[in-house]
Amino acid sequence: MSVPFLYALVGIGLFCLGLHALIVHDHLLRKILAINVMGSGVFLVLVALARRGGDSPPDPVPHAMVITGIVVAISATALALSLMLKVKAATGRAELADKDGG
Amino acid sequence: MDVLFSEIPWGPVLILLPLAGGIACFLFPASAKPLGLLTVALVGLAVVGLGWQLLGHGVYHHAVGGWGAPLGIDLAADGLSLLMLAMTALVGFGVSLYATGYFKPADSVRFWPLWLLLLGALNALFLSGDLFNLYVTLELVGLAAVALTALQGGRDALTGAMRYLLATLLGSLLYLLGVALLYHGFGTVDLALLSERVMPSPVAWAALGLMSAGLILKTALFPLHFWLPPAHASAPAPVSAVLSALVVKASFYILLRLWLAIFADISEGVAALFGLLGAGAVLWGSLQALRQTRVKLLVAYSTVAQIGYLFLVYPLASGMGVTAWSAMAYLAFSHALAKAAMFLAAGNLMYFGGHDRIADLDRVVQRLPLTAGAFALAGVSIMGLPPSGGFNGKWLLLQAALTQGRWDIVGIILLGGLLAAGYIFKVLGNTFTQAPKTHEPISVPARMQWAAMLLAAGAILVGFLASPFLALVGVGDPFNVGGLRP
Repeated sequence: MSVPFLYALVGIGLFCLGLHALIVHDHLLRKILAINVMGSGVFLVLVALARRGGDSPPDPVPHAMVITGIVVAISATALALSLMLKVKAATGRAELADKDGG
Repeated sequence: MDVLFSEIPWGPVLILLPLAGGIACFLFPASAKPLGLLTVALVGLAVVGLGWQLLGHGVYHHAVGGWGAPLGIDLAADGLSLLMLAMTALVGFGVSLYATGYFKPADSVRFWPLWLLLLGALNALFLSGDLFNLYVTLELVGLAAVALTALQGGRDALTGAMRYLLATLLGSLLYLLGVALLYHGFGTVDLALLSERVMPSPVAWAALGLMSAGLILKTALFPLHFWLPPAHASAPAPVSAVLSALVVKASFYILLRLWLAIFADISEGVAALFGLLGAGAVLWGSLQALRQTRVKLLVAYSTVAQIGYLFLVYPLASGMGVTAWSAMAYLAFSHALAKAAMFLAAGNLMYFGGHDRIADLDRVVQRLPLTAGAFALAGVSIMGLPPSGGFNGKWLLLQAALTQGRWDIVGIILLGGLLAAGYIFKVLGNTFTQAPKTHEPISVPARMQWAAMLLAAGAILVGFLASPFLALVGVGDPFNVGGLRP
């Protein structure tokens, strides 16, 4: 198994861990962190698979994608955090109420 | 005139105009309303210009900054893109007109920049031709939509927006992982290049699964629709209209493009699965809509049902390509107009009576005839009664199903129409009578009523324009069924 492939597998692992955490945890901060872990997993896959074996230099396009992706992730996280604070202020809990909408 | 229209690069104009307008609205909040309306009207003109260009010269291409794919970002438009852009411009104009009367000054200041940002993101999405650009625009659409949902605050709106945000981020990440796999497997994110290179392989199948799951979640196809009703029902009326009419169509459009360019040839049985989920959506969404006691929730569940129809097309497309895809174009377009009209009408009802409980609607027909008329006309298109855009769509869909002997799909289409009639008459029936608890009416500004009426009339009118409509959608042969599938 090559090293880039190992990194890609770790990326998939992070993605799955994040997905699991997103589903099982109730607290919104944990959900937001879980989304971020998933995002890091995808970025790791992108960067790892950019090296196509041998001595050839890595493909720069996925790196550019990751940089753009990080910008998107930061804005999404900022929006999510401020929304979480608003939910906390309105309902007293940083959790989503169950189906009936609380 | 012709020279003028064909020289201007309409693609970048369609993206930069709303972005500039949004920034201007943010910088000059005092004149946000006229600035916003002006921008939306200009965007409509730009769509007309792009349409002119498409009719004259065929498919539109623009290499941003002169770089060109694969290094730069390419904008591209064919008949399908034009259809989505026109839909966005029409609904956008109706909603903008409505919003000038709906929002209090404090909310209005926050509405216009976000709405114009959303408009720019939608236009950019419909003009994108590569997978990664689609991801970025999809995220822009999602973030702006969530912010708009939470605009007025309140418990329901905030928790609805939060649930929406988590769902939409999860969907985008699933999609992005699919993009990473496709890039690794085939070395490009350009849709046209991918369609030449893609081969049935584990990488392609994994990407198909991940991207379909993410986009279905964002499109709110049954059973992944859980986030839609609370978000769409608790948002302010103009925002609900935009969310239901346009935002769910954005992720749907990406899925359609992926399907046409890449996945149609390598997916065994996925089309059947889409059809099954679509049928489930039609039945479940309609039944849930029948059970609702509030107008906005009813309309939101109706969206869940109507999205189902769009997915019924997939299993029919392999045999009856052109008819099936034309049916989808018609259904998507007329649903956008009709559903926006319904949400605006529902907003009028709330404005008028201070609530949207169906049982307590009090003599609306007598006192708010335009709004009741708009709701009824939009209902005609949603039910699929002739003459309306919804009817044409369902007729083409029925034709495709009958020719292939798919009686199960025929049954679902007819049953869905019947259930739709049930939930629409449930609302309409209560608008004629006096409620047990009467109330004094609050007068609704005329332009809010006319905005709903205009959109509903558009949904009816498009039913009369079948041949120009289909000719316009066919520019550039987006469903390229002629060559690939004899």
